[in-house]
Amino acid sequence: MSRRLARVVLPPLVALGLFVGLAYLVSYVFLSPSRRFLLPPPHDVVAHSFFRGANLHEQLNATWDTAKVSIAGIVIAFVIGATIAIVMSQAKWIERALYPYAVIVQVTPILAIVPLIALWFGYNFTARVVVCVLISIFPIITNTLFGLLRVDPNLHDLFTLHRASRFERLVKLQLPHAIPDIFVGLRIAAGLSVIGAIVGEFFFRQGTPGLGRLLDQYRAFLETDLLMGALFWACFLGIVSFAAVGFVGRRLTRNWYEEGR
Amino acid sequence: MTAGEVIAFRSAGKVFPDGTEAVRDISFELRAGEFLSIVGPSGCGKSTLLRMASGLGPATSGEVARKVENIGSVFQDATLLPWRTVRQNVELLAELEGAAPTERARLATEAIRLVGLDGFESHHPKALSGGMRMRTSVARALTMKPPLFLLDEPFGALDEITRGTLNEELMRLFVSERFAAIFITHSIAEAVYLSSRVLVLSPRPGRIVAEIEIPFAYPRSPELRFDPEFARLSSEVSHALRETYA
Ligand SMILES: Nc1ncnc2c1ncn2[C@@H]1O[C@H](COP(=O)(O)OP(=O)(O)OP(=O)(O)O)[C@@H](O)[C@H]1O
Ligand SMILES: [Mg+2]
Repeated sequence: MSRRLARVVLPPLVALGLFVGLAYLVSYVFLSPSRRFLLPPPHDVVAHSFFRGANLHEQLNATWDTAKVSIAGIVIAFVIGATIAIVMSQAKWIERALYPYAVIVQVTPILAIVPLIALWFGYNFTARVVVCVLISIFPIITNTLFGLLRVDPNLHDLFTLHRASRFERLVKLQLPHAIPDIFVGLRIAAGLSVIGAIVGEFFFRQGTPGLGRLLDQYRAFLETDLLMGALFWACFLGIVSFAAVGFVGRRLTRNWYEEGR
Repeated sequence: MTAGEVIAFRSAGKVFPDGTEAVRDISFELRAGEFLSIVGPSGCGKSTLLRMASGLGPATSGEVARKVENIGSVFQDATLLPWRTVRQNVELLAELEGAAPTERARLATEAIRLVGLDGFESHHPKALSGGMRMRTSVARALTMKPPLFLLDEPFGALDEITRGTLNEELMRLFVSERFAAIFITHSIAEAVYLSSRVLVLSPRPGRIVAEIEIPFAYPRSPELRFDPEFARLSSEVSHALRETYA
């Protein structure tokens, strides 16, 4: 067990060591002192971002704000996305009718819809949540739909033989069957929603500041050490969301789900 | 229609919308207490024939007259709901048919006992062996006490020993519950051991090329397999099956 842990944990730690070493090398050897702000030595990043009360406070508040936006985004994307998938699963023609629009939402650059979102939802929390929803809904729709439609035809036959209603079929057969797939979609969506929350803030800048605005502000003042600190929190948030959704998914299905069936 | 008749095929045939003719001109009758096995080359339309019997895939020519509504279906895979426990799986059909919870529980308990799964009620299918999954599937079908059982190669995916055990159990259930059964199998020994009659189908489109009565009285014991008459009937089925390829 501990050897397996070592196999999993050690290589990324070694890589981290190399990255840090490389950062020092660039910072102290290749950059002249006047240009050192471009890549501050790692201990400055840690000291200034995490060990100065005011900065840490600012960054944690921003992280929490971004977390709220992305959680709201993923929850709404889940509710709407799963509903759309359920509707699509009810008839092939509905699926054909709606699918192209789901794809359009997916491929349209957020930047292109920004003015419309601004007009409809303003420049606040709501607008940022809308960005998260738009950016993360597609994998939820497709994975949920996949799970709903991939049920063993023999099980459908069994339900037909025993006169199950459409609703019973959905609730007792298709939805439970789709749970593992829904979580696959949610895991992808969780990461995307964090990205959406940060990106959205570059356009919608009212209300309490999140990581996006903080990043932009640090850039404006050339505070690269703090910029890197904020970047760390952005990564942290993404990883935590991804892991949390994965954890809940495994929790819900570990009694019965067999991978690869 | 004769007394005790459960289902009758009369020149029934099936052509799929894409033009594939699966079975042609199938005629037979099945009465209560009869165990009919169907053997035939793979792809000859055996599953299609069962779907005609259950009404899931109606005949496109001729007629399939079924006297009973209530059918027990067992498929090659156990087709359990993996998120449900054994007991919840066994209760499914009664639940879909709208039985009250206490009635459901009673039916399930009885069926679980019949297939010898007591003690495994709260296991999920994941934790069961292939044979136990199949037993759960049979128990599920038993809860509705169907007068007609349709079994599509139910034991095909199991190892020889488990298969033998389940044959004994199916035999025991057949004797005690007195249902009529249509049983599809690739195993000639299984067909002869279990059946009162064996139908041999030709390659697609499947037609009946032989109908062989198996006159041994029920209940049959496993030793029957070493009876010379058993060997003779088996070779008769085998012969008919080989003829179909000629
Ligand atoms: N829905 C369908 N549309 C068109 N052709 C079909 C359909 N279902 C089955 N067939 C074809 O009908 C033929 C009979 O299929 P069926 O599954 O009944 O055979 P089978 O005897 O059960 O085969 P196996 O031994 O492999 O279980 C096959 O050639 C199959 O490809
Ligand atoms: Mg088949």
